[in-house]
Amino acid sequence: MKKTNRRQFLKVAAAGAAILTTGKASASEAHRKVNNNTLSMLYDATKCVGCKACMAACKRVNGDYGSLAYEQASFDRDGLWDAPQDLSGSTRTLIKLFKESERDWSYVKYSCMHCQKPSCVSVCPVAAMTRDPETGIVDYNKNTCIGCRYCQVACAFNIPKFQWDRAIPQIVKCDLCKNTNLRQKGITACAEVCPAGAIMFGKRGDLLAEAQKRLAENPGKYLNHIYGEKEVGGANHLYLASMQFNKLGLPVLKDEAPAEFSEKIQHTIYKGFVAPVALYGTLCWIAVKNMRTHGPDEKDHHNDTDKQGGA
Amino acid sequence: MGHGEYQKHEAKIFTPSFIVLLVLTLIGFCLVALRFIKGIGAVSNMSDGYPWGIWITYDVATGTAIACGGYAMAILVYIRNRMHYHPMIRSAILTSMFGYGLAGFSVMVDVGRPWNAYNFFIPSQWQANSAMFEVALCVMAYTTVLAIEFLPAILTTLENTKWEMAQAIIAWLSPRIAPDKEALQHKLDFVRAGATWLKPRLDKVLIFIIVLGITLPTMHQSSLGSLLLIASTKLHPLWHTGFLPLLFLINCMYIGYSIAILESVISCYAFKRPFETKELSGLARIIPWLTVIWLSVVIGDLAWRGQLAKALSFDFYSRFFLLEFCLIAAGSFLLFSSRRRESIRWLFVSAALIVVGGALYRFNVYLIGFNPGKGWRYFPALAELMITVGIVAFEILGYQVIVKILPVLPRLHTRQQIDAAAETAQKA
Repeated sequence: MKKTNRRQFLKVAAAGAAILTTGKASASEAHRKVNNNTLSMLYDATKCVGCKACMAACKRVNGDYGSLAYEQASFDRDGLWDAPQDLSGSTRTLIKLFKESERDWSYVKYSCMHCQKPSCVSVCPVAAMTRDPETGIVDYNKNTCIGCRYCQVACAFNIPKFQWDRAIPQIVKCDLCKNTNLRQKGITACAEVCPAGAIMFGKRGDLLAEAQKRLAENPGKYLNHIYGEKEVGGANHLYLASMQFNKLGLPVLKDEAPAEFSEKIQHTIYKGFVAPVALYGTLCWIAVKNMRTHGPDEKDHHNDTDKQGGA
Repeated sequence: MGHGEYQKHEAKIFTPSFIVLLVLTLIGFCLVALRFIKGIGAVSNMSDGYPWGIWITYDVATGTAIACGGYAMAILVYIRNRMHYHPMIRSAILTSMFGYGLAGFSVMVDVGRPWNAYNFFIPSQWQANSAMFEVALCVMAYTTVLAIEFLPAILTTLENTKWEMAQAIIAWLSPRIAPDKEALQHKLDFVRAGATWLKPRLDKVLIFIIVLGITLPTMHQSSLGSLLLIASTKLHPLWHTGFLPLLFLINCMYIGYSIAILESVISCYAFKRPFETKELSGLARIIPWLTVIWLSVVIGDLAWRGQLAKALSFDFYSRFFLLEFCLIAAGSFLLFSSRRRESIRWLFVSAALIVVGGALYRFNVYLIGFNPGKGWRYFPALAELMITVGIVAFEILGYQVIVKILPVLPRLHTRQQIDAAAETAQKA
């Protein structure tokens, strides 16, 4: 009786394992190496004039679809300006000024980096964060999101933002105007309106070549580093600047994607779901044997392997 | 199996502590209502830098470890074959059930879009790369398993109860509102017959459920550690290591045994029952071995990654690390002495040290050692804390009430036999 039971349980467990592994394989195959044909943006901080036209355009274009709102400054009683202090549940992109001295200063634009191996996609338990392997766009689907905010914990750039003040909140982040400007005009709103040519939109490979050309043609003007080229396994939002990137709020990061590290460990433990099934099977065998040798009702008890050691 | 081992605690339900806990629970639940009306920001200090606050850190990450008493006891009884601890297991399972159930509840309070949680059951949305996915499914499954493990207590009661309350209600209802007294009686008999039918059948398969109840926590407690693996730039290097899953797993085991000791001491004290010294000192003997393994992994890993100097630098992070380390080490050191293991007072002190130290480890990983960058700060808001307090109060309240209406605590007159069994175990 008990033997057949055990066999049935193992069968069920094995079936479950099969389902899990197939899902896993398809999820992890997608990202292996950097795809330079994906959509990308190059922000050149030395060209930016800080007019914030990109911020205004982003909010105008994506306001309804992306659930964005105008943010009021404390001094602005009449609500005349949109004055976000940082990326937030109402703001997808932002221009900031970093001023070290009267002579050394730089603007910087924040928005999603669209990583090649995004942490947010790796951690989302319900696949609400996705990366399109064709376009490279890291997109968010509020209709599956459960609002656990693991993406915020995982993102090294602190990009995904949550709507803390709303009863029906969602995550807010740049999606390269996937459903708005990109669909209608083939370009992101911020790149379209930039009057200074600070934001270039195109294929990642082309933009990398352009950035390298600028570095080569203007020695001394730029810091000799394309931020986003190698960071966390490569990002699709690339930066050129004259100041150190960590001063501009872009953290110093390793070339390995954090998601590679965590997935490696998670996959080692759960490879083929073998370990959990084996654990369950072994434990069942031990427990059933224990129950046979002396039923739980008998109070007499003998010592077989009493080695004080851990459980 | 062995239902005669347990008994109801005969005492009044409405005690002063009941009222206090009830008030705390109600305050907490009112604030939960506020959170759903006005948003999470209205009751909490969480921010985009600290998206996980006290709810995840305490109620989920730490609360489920504290609820590992049932897991630890099940390993001891069914896998390590110490059947003489069997009488202690039902109360451990009850506290685990409350711990996990309410951890699940606080997750539903914490997540922003709980109405989408059904996606966990849709295979096309499954995301096996996510440790969170694994934790969520395992915790849901384990809560169900705990409920099944606890079912025998309910079935026994259904079978044997005289239905005094129900009879009184029927008698009161019978002439005017529900004239058909016989039909109601018949329904009660039907429930009783159902319980009698189900119980032996459940007993037969229960062992497979119990073993599932050992496998699932092994999986999700380690995954609770895996959750922070990806935060390699935010979690302080003292705690960010590839060994997080292993450390969390061992951590929940020694917390589990320690909390089983604490719960037994406290409930015996509160319910004025004799202390279970023999059983507890047996449990206590296991703990230091687990903690020694854990502490060695911690030190070995720090040395291997070259972080030992950071651990001893006495800065903010180092202090919290040392505090956690010393609490656990001190508690385990006390338990190495067999004389102290015989004393309820020392058992209580050392188990408390280990639970606090083990819990601090989880706080360190989830909150204290977590630094999202410049400018972010987090300390829980009062309302946020009161929601957690309310949930904990509800947990204790539920335990208090259930041990008084269902047979959960070890039966006292079999104590002699249990003691004798433990004695023979010690000698051999």
